[in-house]
Amino acid sequence: MPNFVLLWTDAALFILAALVGVYAWRVRRSETARATWLRVARSSSAMGSAVVLLCFVMVGLLDSVHFQPKLPPSPDAPANAPAVYSPQVVSLLDTLLDDTALLHKEKTFSAPLSWLQFTKETILQDGGEPYRDFPRLEFGGAHLDDPEAQWLADVTFRAGLGAAFGLFAGLILAFALLGLIYRARRQTSSDTSLGEVLSEIVKGHSEVAWRAVILTLLIVCLLLGVTFGLASGYHVLGTDRTGNDVLWQALKSIRTAWVIGSLTTVAMLPPAIFFGLSAGYFKGRVDDVIQYIYTTLTAIPGVLLIAAAVLMMQVYIDTHPDLFPTAAQRADLRLFLLCMILGLTGWAGLCRLLRAEALKLRELEYVQAARAFGISHLRVIVKHLLPNVMHIVLITVVLEFSGLVLYEAVLSYLGIGVDPTMNSFGTMIDKSRLEMSRDPMIWWNLLAAFVFMLTMVLAANLFADGVRDAFDPRSRGFRPTRRSRLLAMLKRGST
Amino acid sequence: MTSYILRRLMYGVLILIGVNLVTFVLFFAVNTPDDMARLAIGGQRVSTDAIEKWKVERGYDKPLFINNEVSGTQRLTDTIFYQRSVPLLAFDFGQSDGGRDIGWEIKNRMGPSLALALPSFALGLLASISFALLLVFFRTTRLDFWGVVLCVLLLSISGLFYIIAGQWLFAKVLRLVPYSGFVGGLDMVKFLALPVLVAIISRLGPEARFYRSLFLEEIGKDYVRTARSKGLSERVVLFKHVLRNSMLPILTGAVSALPLLFMGSLIAESFFGIPGLGSYTIDAINAQDFSIVRAMVFLGAALYIVGLILADISYTLVDPRVRFE
Repeated sequence: MPNFVLLWTDAALFILAALVGVYAWRVRRSETARATWLRVARSSSAMGSAVVLLCFVMVGLLDSVHFQPKLPPSPDAPANAPAVYSPQVVSLLDTLLDDTALLHKEKTFSAPLSWLQFTKETILQDGGEPYRDFPRLEFGGAHLDDPEAQWLADVTFRAGLGAAFGLFAGLILAFALLGLIYRARRQTSSDTSLGEVLSEIVKGHSEVAWRAVILTLLIVCLLLGVTFGLASGYHVLGTDRTGNDVLWQALKSIRTAWVIGSLTTVAMLPPAIFFGLSAGYFKGRVDDVIQYIYTTLTAIPGVLLIAAAVLMMQVYIDTHPDLFPTAAQRADLRLFLLCMILGLTGWAGLCRLLRAEALKLRELEYVQAARAFGISHLRVIVKHLLPNVMHIVLITVVLEFSGLVLYEAVLSYLGIGVDPTMNSFGTMIDKSRLEMSRDPMIWWNLLAAFVFMLTMVLAANLFADGVRDAFDPRSRGFRPTRRSRLLAMLKRGST
Repeated sequence: MTSYILRRLMYGVLILIGVNLVTFVLFFAVNTPDDMARLAIGGQRVSTDAIEKWKVERGYDKPLFINNEVSGTQRLTDTIFYQRSVPLLAFDFGQSDGGRDIGWEIKNRMGPSLALALPSFALGLLASISFALLLVFFRTTRLDFWGVVLCVLLLSISGLFYIIAGQWLFAKVLRLVPYSGFVGGLDMVKFLALPVLVAIISRLGPEARFYRSLFLEEIGKDYVRTARSKGLSERVVLFKHVLRNSMLPILTGAVSALPLLFMGSLIAESFFGIPGLGSYTIDAINAQDFSIVRAMVFLGAALYIVGLILADISYTLVDPRVRFE
């Protein structure tokens, strides 16, 4: 058994995943909630992006299982010696990718799929004569005897094999899904044939947008197959300055993006819900005080407030080195605290929305009736107000997510984001932006960050749009007031 | 109206005091000046004497709120809070931890900041509104659909990429503009063209999509149907009726964002090497100069409040239905 290490953000991510599971279970049991989510499921763009997001979630969760692997006992150790663990903390994702190029370091830059290093080095010839040339890579294409002649055939072969394998896996998954759909349909109406279900899905008439799901699934599987087919012998997206595989860094960054996007919104919820609902419900003096608090908070420029808080945190970490045994733990705690800071400085927008909604709800008959029955304030807020503002909370959470992933890049560029040793899209961009001006240009670092970030944010945005459309029907009259949205947007645009 | 504005101003002052307190607590109570001194001196030169000297030079050697060593009003005035935070309320920013006058720097750097921020803001607003109008004019057609797709794509790309791609394309490949830098006078245009263009494009996605939904909301209203049934052309309906009415929230929003333009843009200024307030702030963050960050926080908060008041006033001016409470 390896020695499992639970970092702060790991624990938070797992708790979050469990909470989402509980929520899904409750949705299944509640008629109305299921109906609303079915509306999300009907949108093809939302379902397609949900599949992509799910893949990202899997990567993020796999990367959150951290442990110190057990080292093989040294040959002269006594039989009852205690197990020795590696000092390096690795994640489950690393172990899964152990045999691929992703975990094999090179010396420095190398282009995608290349077998040669990007920079020249002095190499000793057989006779001892030194000459300068591009050396072969340690892993990428090392299996080729005559790279010039074999490279193209080898790359095509690996890509083709990977594609075939990926497509095969995708088809199996698709058929399994189809079987499940068919079984579910048989339970509701026993006279449907498999052909009917199939034609419904192909024509896109099914109640859930299965066509989009299956298509996305196939595409994702195909891409994964090609990527890992190639990664068995080459660095698919090249390596960076220190020789680390860029694809590996991009995969690692996904977890950081998830942590920032999800933990921050969770940190934001308690103050926003508490202050927003109490301001709207109690009105009067309480409302004045709470409005004053959040106006003060929004008056401070967001980036500067975060910068100030992060600087303070930095001072604290620097003056208490004994609290953090390893660099990984320090980086992790810094990420955790960054999320808390982002959350505690960013709750004002949601608070304002909830206050307005609570002001409206408190005048409704059922709340008045509850008050007339002598139910306590706390109970009214928790039992009657909270469930009726949850759609606003949900919409805000999903809308906020993509913005936070983008924001992290900006913060990391400013030097107030995640720890520089931690993989994230922001640090990737920050490290690679100067490489664009080199000649010949090093573009693959930036491209990797760009592609992965765009995929994640785009999927999150499309999914969020689907959720908003389903939960925010105009008939219910909830729209964030125009001015506050406009203000928030203009403020963000100005940074 | 005067009493209304006065009341809003009083509220603004109250918020400024709150901001002042928050920043003071953040900067001095969470971390003692000793910590800051250690950070500023850095490395092996840290010694008790050096820390004391650093603190005395910057006036950080006094107690935080109440000085028990002296008597009378000095008990309150001879403290860090009174000497470092209260002058901020009178916009006296004092000296940075590096020893330079912050007020002087702000005065000098506001120009370049505005030179970048004003054109980006105005042209960006214009571009977004025109694009949104175009989409609304061709609503429910392919053009509208792909336009919205383009908007979503544009808003899913980090602003940093626009800057990097812009510098690569226009400065490195096409060699139309310099990479970065700034000069005064007319040559400024050459240096500002690229940053302004990048700012416009990076704002186009979210804003055009938002304005489109604003226009679409307006277009479903009864008075628009009436205008159409009178036989007015689509062009007249769109520009004379829809645009005018939905410009109200857009313009008041713009008015409230105007004062914040003085703060400059952090990212663009540092990427393009424009010596404005944004890059000043970034330098301060990187040098961990707490005095400058504190001053900028205060300035930003003050400008935000000015923006809020301006928005309130302009709202009541352009829309006669809204009255002063």
